[in-house]
Amino acid sequence: MDELSDLYNDLIMEHSMNSCNKKELKCYDCCKMGHNPNCGDEIKLELKMDGDVIEDLAFVGHGCAISQASTSIMIDTLRGKAIYEAKKIIETFIGMIKREITDEAELEKLEDAIAFRNISHMPARVKCALLAWHTIEDMLDERERKVDGE
Amino acid sequence: MNSSDIKKDFPILQNRKESYLDSAATTQKPKQVIDAIDEYYKNFNANPHRGAYSLSIEATQKYEETREKIAKFINAKHTEEIIFSKNATESLNLIAYSYGMENLKVDDEVVLSIMEHHSNLVPWQKVSKVTGCKLNYMYLNDNFEISDEEIEAKITDRTKIVGITHISNVLGTINDVKKIIKYAHKKGAIVVIDATQSIQHMKIDVQDLDADFIVFSGHKILAALGIGVLYGKKEILNKMTPFLMGGDMIEYVYEQNTTYAPLPNKFEAGTQNVEGVISLGAAIDYIETIGYDNIQRIEKEIVDYAMQELSKLDYLTLYVTPNRAHHSSVISFNIKGVHPHDVASILDANGVCVRSGNHCAQPLMRYLGIDSTCRASFYIYNTKEDVDNLVNALNKAYEMFKKYM
Ligand SMILES: Cc1ncc(COP(=O)(O)O)c(C=O)c1O
Ligand SMILES: [Zn+2]
Repeated sequence: MDELSDLYNDLIMEHSMNSCNKKELKCYDCCKMGHNPNCGDEIKLELKMDGDVIEDLAFVGHGCAISQASTSIMIDTLRGKAIYEAKKIIETFIGMIKREITDEAELEKLEDAIAFRNISHMPARVKCALLAWHTIEDMLDERERKVDGE
Repeated sequence: MNSSDIKKDFPILQNRKESYLDSAATTQKPKQVIDAIDEYYKNFNANPHRGAYSLSIEATQKYEETREKIAKFINAKHTEEIIFSKNATESLNLIAYSYGMENLKVDDEVVLSIMEHHSNLVPWQKVSKVTGCKLNYMYLNDNFEISDEEIEAKITDRTKIVGITHISNVLGTINDVKKIIKYAHKKGAIVVIDATQSIQHMKIDVQDLDADFIVFSGHKILAALGIGVLYGKKEILNKMTPFLMGGDMIEYVYEQNTTYAPLPNKFEAGTQNVEGVISLGAAIDYIETIGYDNIQRIEKEIVDYAMQELSKLDYLTLYVTPNRAHHSSVISFNIKGVHPHDVASILDANGVCVRSGNHCAQPLMRYLGIDSTCRASFYIYNTKEDVDNLVNALNKAYEMFKKYM
């Protein structure tokens, strides 16, 4: 129960219920759907780039508190970051959830997203926490391939 | 006899402290069933049908005796009308492939209810795609039930197959399958009854129902995982071609041709799950010792109590018919504004096992305009204490979310 209140804490609840990142951007460079058939979580992520910097991100969607909060917190964390920084953070987040990265200094870089570190105690919810992160990972990869191809 | 007495027969309910409210997914097993499996491996194990030595003959006997037991249990006219499968899903696939694919044509109609489990829906979609037959659905009234008008509107002279679940695994609605079978027969259709959620709760008499096919899974009626049953009328099964080919289902095999074994072996290819069959036999003995009268009385008491307590929680939406006589022992619900997966996690942390999700019934969810529900399902070993734990855990979940709403 303690771990649970740890997880459903103020930060996560606020982000899941009243996120200011939950909106459509006026203009964006690419968007992608992510979904998790397990609990029906669905998000649409919109990404606006400024050169190699993530200028803005937003999402719409529905699903469990974990998936929605994780998306919103990810947006706060990645906004304004250069692609190479963002990729490092995404890698660290996924590593943290899989318990492969435990180094505190490294985890600090996740900012608020560190709130999900205990999700690995709830295997049924890992996919919920990772949904947005896998989606943005795919978006950045696709974008890279497109830029390389040009 | 009450649920506390029965609970003592279930080792897992002694060994674990959770309130197990997911019996619609799979029931726990009484020690009588566990012991029967143990005894089989200690004293009788051999490949049935394949050895001339006494051990194999005894294994075969145990297997075939259980077939007879099941035939009596559901009042089948002939023992060979009982076919063993892996689960309800495989039984339904067998019907769809061996009957549906061979008999349906363009312009024919298959009628299902919108509350079917994917297992009684996706195979028929495949039949429809291959044969060109139409797939029509019977929808629900405001009580989550199928009205007579709906039955009569959807089952027509073109209908060749009606597939209907006896009890919905999401809503707990008990469908009047006898009435549906009677009407479908009048229209010349055959009927497939999915008894996966009913046979553990109520007496099934296939001759009284006049059912053409009935399927169920052993694991939802106290038996092991991996054993299922298909009942079919002998005259229909005899005309069907085999579903799986291989050992044991043959008579003579030549280089280019094969003749098939008679019923029931025709539909039982390969080495069978004797352990599972034995466990199902023990489960039926257990059910018969308690008696369906007692099962219904005990379940009614616990579900009445659960409905009474859950109805008091005004933050809940319940997806249940108000007609108690048409409601079995599954209760789907949502906390308004909270995703069921979060609710299930919080209940889990409080020692209450419920399922959340679409319950393998996505078309039903879409029809109801929701993504998913939490589902508490009850069986004879559940006590009022389990219900109290559920209610307390729900209150905690609601408290956690309320302040952010
Ligand atoms: C109504 C109904 N039909 C079919 C099935 C499929 O059962 P199984 O997965 O054992 O094949 C289930 C179980 O989830 C069910 O509830
Ligand atoms: Zn989720």
